[in-house]
Amino acid sequence: MPEVSPHIVSSYEQELKQLRDMLVEMGGLLESQLALALNAVVRRDGAAATQAMEQDPSVDALEREIESAVIRLLALRQPVASDLRQVVAALKISTDLERIGDYSANVAKRSLVLAQYGSTVTLGGLTHMARLVQENLKLTIDAVGEMDAERAIQVWRSDQAVDDIYTAIFRELITYMMEDPRNITPCTHLLFVAKNLERIGDHATNIAETIHYAATGESLPQGRPKGESPSLLVVQPEGS
Amino acid sequence: MEHAPGERIATGVPGPAPRAPAPDAAPRISVRDLDFFYGSNQALRRITIDLPDRRVTGMIGPSGCGKSTLLRVLNRMYDLYPGQRAEGEVWMDGENILSPSLDLNLLRSRVGMVFQKPTPFPMSIYENIAFGVRLHERLSRSEMAARVEWSLTRAALWDEVKDRLGSPAAGLSGGQQQRLCIARSIAVRPEVILLDEPTSALDPISTLKIEELIDELKRDFTIVIVTHNLQQAARCADQVAFFYLGELVEAGPAAQIFTAPKQRRTQEYITGRFG
Repeated sequence: MPEVSPHIVSSYEQELKQLRDMLVEMGGLLESQLALALNAVVRRDGAAATQAMEQDPSVDALEREIESAVIRLLALRQPVASDLRQVVAALKISTDLERIGDYSANVAKRSLVLAQYGSTVTLGGLTHMARLVQENLKLTIDAVGEMDAERAIQVWRSDQAVDDIYTAIFRELITYMMEDPRNITPCTHLLFVAKNLERIGDHATNIAETIHYAATGESLPQGRPKGESPSLLVVQPEGS
Repeated sequence: MEHAPGERIATGVPGPAPRAPAPDAAPRISVRDLDFFYGSNQALRRITIDLPDRRVTGMIGPSGCGKSTLLRVLNRMYDLYPGQRAEGEVWMDGENILSPSLDLNLLRSRVGMVFQKPTPFPMSIYENIAFGVRLHERLSRSEMAARVEWSLTRAALWDEVKDRLGSPAAGLSGGQQQRLCIARSIAVRPEVILLDEPTSALDPISTLKIEELIDELKRDFTIVIVTHNLQQAARCADQVAFFYLGELVEAGPAAQIFTAPKQRRTQEYITGRFG
């Protein structure tokens, strides 16, 4: 966060700090939830999947807590300028974080289905994508704690790599499905897992944009760097 | 009796010609490189600011920052006190109002002022308004009655006092007295109205009535309001100017000042981090 003097009213200062702390706590919870969910997919770890799904209510509870703290601050403190930007940002960020939690829980749920199938498909691309998304999420959460515009820009820029891998995975999975119809069920679930990871990346980008505005008062440009959209891809069967 | 803004009332009464709203809001007053001294003590340093026509300019800043001093320059109130002098230029309608040759009475009829504490004259409600008008214009009895009604209506007070115009103004509530003072200042049809903390002695509802009135009056008048209530500046002003230690730190649209001020000192003051 840019160097600023503390508030004359220390309880106000305290409340703003609590708000940031709650966001960081929520972010930490999400990092571990995503790690559990990905472990569940890659290592077929059912216990990890259950744990990831069980974290969801805590994430939701934190979101509600942040929301009521924001409403209280707006009503009682009437924040302006950087304080106003920060308080509004907390509300938006908590919504994005909550969505991230939902996607992680969904990944965990699909891992339970995937575990019933043999390892007919390789998960190399997906593991790589997962690592990138986890790194981005970590960077995002760090940026939230400090309201750090520089780090936010870093996240914002690196989401393109996630989009690119997503497109590659999309092609890969469709190819597996064409090779053998028995792959269709697990590959469809894996497609959703990849889609969920891609969405997590997008929410991290949203958070980065919110942080940048909160910290500087300036919005990032409309068009962020984006990769090719897989929704427009057509994969032709071999030899056709 | 309702009057459209800028409408001439009664026959032969001089008044400002109806003016179309100014989307571009050209400056009504342009302050250029203004310095102000109380004896050897410099209270304003090289102030340059435009006050847009029919817009509300809010001046904020800690006590002693010079905002009230600037207000007092705009109608040369400081002339009443020895040892106080202004240097620089304050342009209004192509005229430098700091010029010694300026007709002060005329200036003060063009630039009205309302103070922190309501200052009704010890006379009837009607006379409070008519008194000032008589200094500048000769009106027939019916013209004067029309002017009094027009002013009180514009100041959102008419309905509350129309049945007791002959009663002493001192019998009105604080909020009503302040609206009477605003009515009195608009009765001489000024171009600019200066409000020096007009609601600091009023309860919240009276305050909101004055704020609503300011919103209404800015269709016809250029308004400058000095206030310590930042929320009030945010609510009322189109342009907000932040003063500190006799300097203009930053001026800009209210929405910008209160969401993303450019200067760190502005940011720290409005968020309550000063000093």
